[in-house]
Amino acid sequence: MKDIEKYVNPKALTPSNAPFFRYEEKRKGEERRAKLCLSIEEAIYRSGLKDGMTISFHHAFRGGDLLLNNVMNVIAKMGFKNLTLASSSLASVHDPLIEHIQNGVVTQIYTSGLRSKLGEAISKGLMQKPVQIHSHGGRVHLLQSGELHIDVAFLGVPISDEFGNANGYSGRSKCGSLGYAMMDAHYADYVVVLSESLEAYPNVPASLHQDQVDAIVVVDEVGDPSKIGAGETRMTTNPKELLLASHTAKVIEHSGLFQEGFSIQTGTGGASLATTVFLSERMEEKGIKASFGLGGITGTMVYMLKRGLIKNLLDVQSFDEFAAKSLGENKNHIEISANEYANPSSKGASIKQLDIVVLSALEVDVAFNVNVITGSKGLLRGASGGHSDTAAEAKLSIIVAPLTRGRIPTVTKRVNTVVTPGESVDVLVTDQGIAVNPKNRELKERLQKAGLHVVDIHTLYERAIALCGEPAQIAYTDKIVAVIRYRDGSIIDVVRQLA
Amino acid sequence: MNTLHVHLQPAHAGTLESSDAFVRVMPNDQAGVEIVLESSVAEIYGDAIEALVLQTVLSMNVDRVKVTVQDKGALDFVIKARVQTALLRALGVNEPDWSTL
Repeated sequence: MKDIEKYVNPKALTPSNAPFFRYEEKRKGEERRAKLCLSIEEAIYRSGLKDGMTISFHHAFRGGDLLLNNVMNVIAKMGFKNLTLASSSLASVHDPLIEHIQNGVVTQIYTSGLRSKLGEAISKGLMQKPVQIHSHGGRVHLLQSGELHIDVAFLGVPISDEFGNANGYSGRSKCGSLGYAMMDAHYADYVVVLSESLEAYPNVPASLHQDQVDAIVVVDEVGDPSKIGAGETRMTTNPKELLLASHTAKVIEHSGLFQEGFSIQTGTGGASLATTVFLSERMEEKGIKASFGLGGITGTMVYMLKRGLIKNLLDVQSFDEFAAKSLGENKNHIEISANEYANPSSKGASIKQLDIVVLSALEVDVAFNVNVITGSKGLLRGASGGHSDTAAEAKLSIIVAPLTRGRIPTVTKRVNTVVTPGESVDVLVTDQGIAVNPKNRELKERLQKAGLHVVDIHTLYERAIALCGEPAQIAYTDKIVAVIRYRDGSIIDVVRQLA
Repeated sequence: MNTLHVHLQPAHAGTLESSDAFVRVMPNDQAGVEIVLESSVAEIYGDAIEALVLQTVLSMNVDRVKVTVQDKGALDFVIKARVQTALLRALGVNEPDWSTL
């Protein structure tokens, strides 16, 4: 013993002194359920939440999320003020936040997206501090760098056990991948899991793990899975969108990347989804299989997996019920975290292995800069999402958008707000021509050789203005209402208050 | 065409469908052209639409008129056609002089 004491504290050598070995400390199984709280209030109380702290949520339930509003109501009722809200994104369903902002409960927001009445109110100057808009990869970078420090994370799941092993692909309200929530579970000081149902231990395989979770609350409902796919992820019957999709599939086919083992990500938006359908036909004709589909995964991607057209799906967020269900059923449908997906400072983000990404846009300008966050009237009404992450890293980034939406030109002289810089965009597909970024000469030649309607982006701009007329300048005040953070944390643009 | 002093009947043209405009024309006691515009793109095209409506009415030599436009993002040629049609109906013109339109 003497020689050991030279190296370790002698007190540590006596097991009976250590609290965990004392018989009276054994509560005969009671502590096994010690993480369970009877109410959201109890979990908040136990978390040690204080005024001025940062709370977080994940957005896997998208427009079907019921949790954020419920938790915020409890927090407001308990009298907390001056909180920073760091939800991985916000949807139209989160308009009730306006009241919490007015009442000083929430004074700062970090999010990927802002929409609806909340976006409008913030555009009109609701908040003192500007909202920080980040990309999905950029959020992890902010967490990693320490700028964004989460004190308490509230993570809704359909199913968990009493120790905090939770996943999103079983239970009633399936949201599928918990790729964003995984980051909150990893980085937050205190993690509350709010689950619709309690499974016997161990609920495995788990996406959020027992050693990350501090408290568990069983709640009636966390989300409405039928609304996860609502909004941007509808399947289109619009002839213009189908035309766009058909053009896009041709661009992919003749890009030089359409060969055995290629990889692809499609964003949300009608044309982008329909592209996968047209592409499937080409793949079957030519006998080409993709190695992986990435990102937000849709039912159409699952269909391609099942037909053997794609070998693996790497899923950070399941865009609809079909994808959510498939995640639990298909062994080649893999859940990945936001860090594995898109963080620029990750040791390995899948976007660095990605060949083709198909993205939508609210506006594209003649320098190929893309706006996906503010509408034609300058209101915040979109989301940064994985747009700038994937555009920067994929070998071929394709933006798909109609030349005009009603009277609103999509191709402009200068976008209202830059989210994705033109340097990372390769080609713009519109219903009235395909414009290739002049940097990518090889692509232009390939598409021209294939007989596609390739035009200069200035020609598209002039055509849009000839149809719609030159739009008046939107009047802004000097006050900044949102800061657009590029994926590396730098500021790429700001959004000002509407005059 | 000289300024018409005939009595205007209330009339309308167009629809409230997206990319269309619904135009109503009413006789007005005051001289001049009164325009009431409601548009889904008012912030960026409101002034341009009002100018177009005014120009269209003036070119048809109509006075003492109130024109109400409910625009759903229509392009200029649509708005112009709807205004012209509403005015022709208000004037009771069944056989318009196409060369003047």
